[in-house]
Amino acid sequence: MKSRNFRYIRPASLAHAYQILTEANGEAVPVAGGQSLLAGLNMRLSAPKLLVDIGDLRELMHQSHLGGIVRLGALTRHGDLLRSELVRQHLPLLTQAAPHIGHIAIRNRGTLGGSLAYADPAAELPACAVALGATLVLGSSAGEREVKAEDFFKGLFETDLRPAELIVAVKFPVVQPGMAAGFAELSRRHGDFAMVGLAAIVSMQRDRIDSARLVYLGCIDRAKVAHAVSAAVVGLRAPLAVSASFDEAIGQDLAPDDTPEMRGDTKLHLAKVLTRRVLNGLAERAAA
Amino acid sequence: MSTRDLSGHEDIEIDATLNGKPLKRRVKARQHLADFLRQELELTGTHLGCEHGICGACTVLIDGRTARGCLTLAAQISGKSVETVEGLTENGMLAELQKEFIERNAAQCGFCSSGMLLTAHELLSSGDSLSRADIRKGMSGNMCRCTGYHAIIDAVEAVMTTRARR
Repeated sequence: MKSRNFRYIRPASLAHAYQILTEANGEAVPVAGGQSLLAGLNMRLSAPKLLVDIGDLRELMHQSHLGGIVRLGALTRHGDLLRSELVRQHLPLLTQAAPHIGHIAIRNRGTLGGSLAYADPAAELPACAVALGATLVLGSSAGEREVKAEDFFKGLFETDLRPAELIVAVKFPVVQPGMAAGFAELSRRHGDFAMVGLAAIVSMQRDRIDSARLVYLGCIDRAKVAHAVSAAVVGLRAPLAVSASFDEAIGQDLAPDDTPEMRGDTKLHLAKVLTRRVLNGLAERAAA
Repeated sequence: MSTRDLSGHEDIEIDATLNGKPLKRRVKARQHLADFLRQELELTGTHLGCEHGICGACTVLIDGRTARGCLTLAAQISGKSVETVEGLTENGMLAELQKEFIERNAAQCGFCSSGMLLTAHELLSSGDSLSRADIRKGMSGNMCRCTGYHAIIDAVEAVMTTRARR
């Protein structure tokens, strides 16, 4: 459980970090919180030649709220999401999701940018970013570009990040009036990876669902909008009944593989249960 | 480190604060903080269980907040303040928790105890009134294979209640 040898460097500025990453020609890996990366290094799942510690770069810490957009720097820690009044007020989905990420000690170190760049399909923040319609600001020595979260996640641990490119910040449109956020996940132990999870942005007219944007985690290869279920629940009234059309829609969006821990159809069943639970919970909140 | 350095090093100079005292050292880039504390500084109160962030035995405080010693590189603490169970025992910050742990036999083999104490210390530092479920959730990142947790949760709850009465 010891990592292989590597070199380490802590750049003095973001420009310096870009320069190092460009020079390293794909052999360098950025580290910030390191809560997934260092576990992987200890287990020798990866063996980069150079670790570039971007964890103290001020340029990646800025937060702002302008023109309906909350911009969070890539180094926003999961614990910051939980404690932030700005997030609670404008991005309640993140406030709800953050307690599910690891444990307190992990949340004290792990970062928003790190979680998105790692793109674990069982992670909370990629699903939230897609559900919220976020845009990622990516930077390199060539300049900055913006990519929508739903285009950023390409597959299992795969993203649109190019070599020598870093996530600088994430721009979240604030939740509009009438929109409600719901998050839930099922895991074996508190803080463990989700077997099934759901990030939902929904608008309701009393007990009737007007629109829904549902993103699953833990039972899919990457964070993406579950279009079929999101469309199938529109017009339904809470509490949601078990229905064939709903089951068919969720089957179009999700086809979880069998794993040694759980059969795929069990996961699919849990996804249905969780979807009804989250939507019914939102309806109850809307009625209250 | 000069801004012209682009390739990094396998040996890193660190300049940090450890248990309130300045610490200057040369560390191996690949060495994690818990190994550094134990092997180089002989601070063996920080324990190593799983070495991939699950068990919590290696918990330390970095700039006042808990962190996994196994998921932090020694090189990463440069410029930061680290506290271990040794430092927090000497300055008395853990005294109340330690007393309640001993009273209830909440430390059986003792392997998880330093991590438990530091996590409990952070959990109670806000001064918030926590339910038993809150305490369980807050302590859930630390594993104990002896006590069945009840005595540990009892001890944390007892310290919280005592402090609230003051």
